[in-house]
Amino acid sequence: MPQQPVPEQKRAVALISGGLDSLLAAKLMIDQGIHVEGINFYTGFCVEGHTHAIRKKDKAKPKRNNALWSAEQLGIKLHIIDIIDEYKDVLINPKHGYGANMNPCLDCKIFMVSKAKQWMDDNGFDFIITGEVMGQRPMSQRKDLLPVVVRESGADDRLLRPLCAKNLAATLPEREGWVNREELKDFSGRNRKPQMALAKEFGFEDYATPAGGCCFLTDKNYSDKLVDLWQARNKKDYELDDIMLLKVGRHLRPQPHYKLIVSREDGENKFLKGYKKQFATIEIKSHNGPLTLVDGKLNVEDIKLASRIAVRFSQGRDAESVTVKFTAKDGEEQMLDVAPMPASEIKKEWYI
Amino acid sequence: MSTYTLDARNSLCPMPVIKTQNKIAELSAGDILEVTCTDPGALSDIPAWCRINGHLVKETNENDDEVLIIIQVNA
Repeated sequence: MPQQPVPEQKRAVALISGGLDSLLAAKLMIDQGIHVEGINFYTGFCVEGHTHAIRKKDKAKPKRNNALWSAEQLGIKLHIIDIIDEYKDVLINPKHGYGANMNPCLDCKIFMVSKAKQWMDDNGFDFIITGEVMGQRPMSQRKDLLPVVVRESGADDRLLRPLCAKNLAATLPEREGWVNREELKDFSGRNRKPQMALAKEFGFEDYATPAGGCCFLTDKNYSDKLVDLWQARNKKDYELDDIMLLKVGRHLRPQPHYKLIVSREDGENKFLKGYKKQFATIEIKSHNGPLTLVDGKLNVEDIKLASRIAVRFSQGRDAESVTVKFTAKDGEEQMLDVAPMPASEIKKEWYI
Repeated sequence: MSTYTLDARNSLCPMPVIKTQNKIAELSAGDILEVTCTDPGALSDIPAWCRINGHLVKETNENDDEVLIIIQVNA
């Protein structure tokens, strides 16, 4: 009797964000016998990561990367890919524009799926899966925009969205019988109950429930700081350090030509110390107080004003005079005695 | 088998994980990689990445400012 050929196991690359939806989408595929590996893109703006852990108030939160946690729950490999440089063009020149803040969600999704397509081709995988749910998000997951992602990413019908596949036309993996369409889902809208029920069915507990999305660019305060950075430099560009520093400390711009980044507590002080060689700094010497980074070039009067502001946030805020050390970017140091600026003189519009 | 070092200080997760992943891609089975970080989150993330990718964390050390993670590749 002739031996039957063993069907080749199909391979899918899953975009794993660390959230519940991508976890469930990957699990649905694994349960259908698909070999799944995860891919996670790091843009520099991802909330996933430990930026919040710098601050002491957040120390009680478990320090875990949810994309890695998801992969571990699923028992799959996870490839974390640095797309910081390539992502600049997505953010600076989004073809489909920004959302409520500086979030180019649709362009971002198209870009990430196109990168996953490239990874799929390079690594001999068969299709891509995402945790997208039709109608769940206003920009990137609208029903009329899901086909835009398919088309502009180049993924075409090799992009499968297991959580809402039944609401969409059958993709290649479904038509070819690599996956059983009947076992896929028809989730839609912003209601999270179906996902939570499915998580319970799979036995997933303690999954991430991020408030406010997965990207700092959806945050108004963060976006304001980014726009301020571009305006001050008169060009839309950034390096990784720039966008990391937007997440840390109080940002004040007393004059158009310089900005102060004042740490809010010990954790931020420690983090900002790592930038002492890249910025001019103000350190409070006679009292306990924050480290302040100075972004910009200061004249003598600016140094006095900046020091008085920095001192305002120290334990010497009520003293008559406080001693500070100003260190220029070239390393030249000077000691100053300054009077703390009263709170009433710190203008609201200085805060970014 | 050789021992290598990786300086991932002053970068926040997931960059230490990405740097570790990219360095290990250049190494051979059995090699040792010593990674130094300043983000304490690396203490959970790098071992998690190692577990799902088949590498062995032989030792971790933490002091006030730095974290040291010693990994054996594809152990």
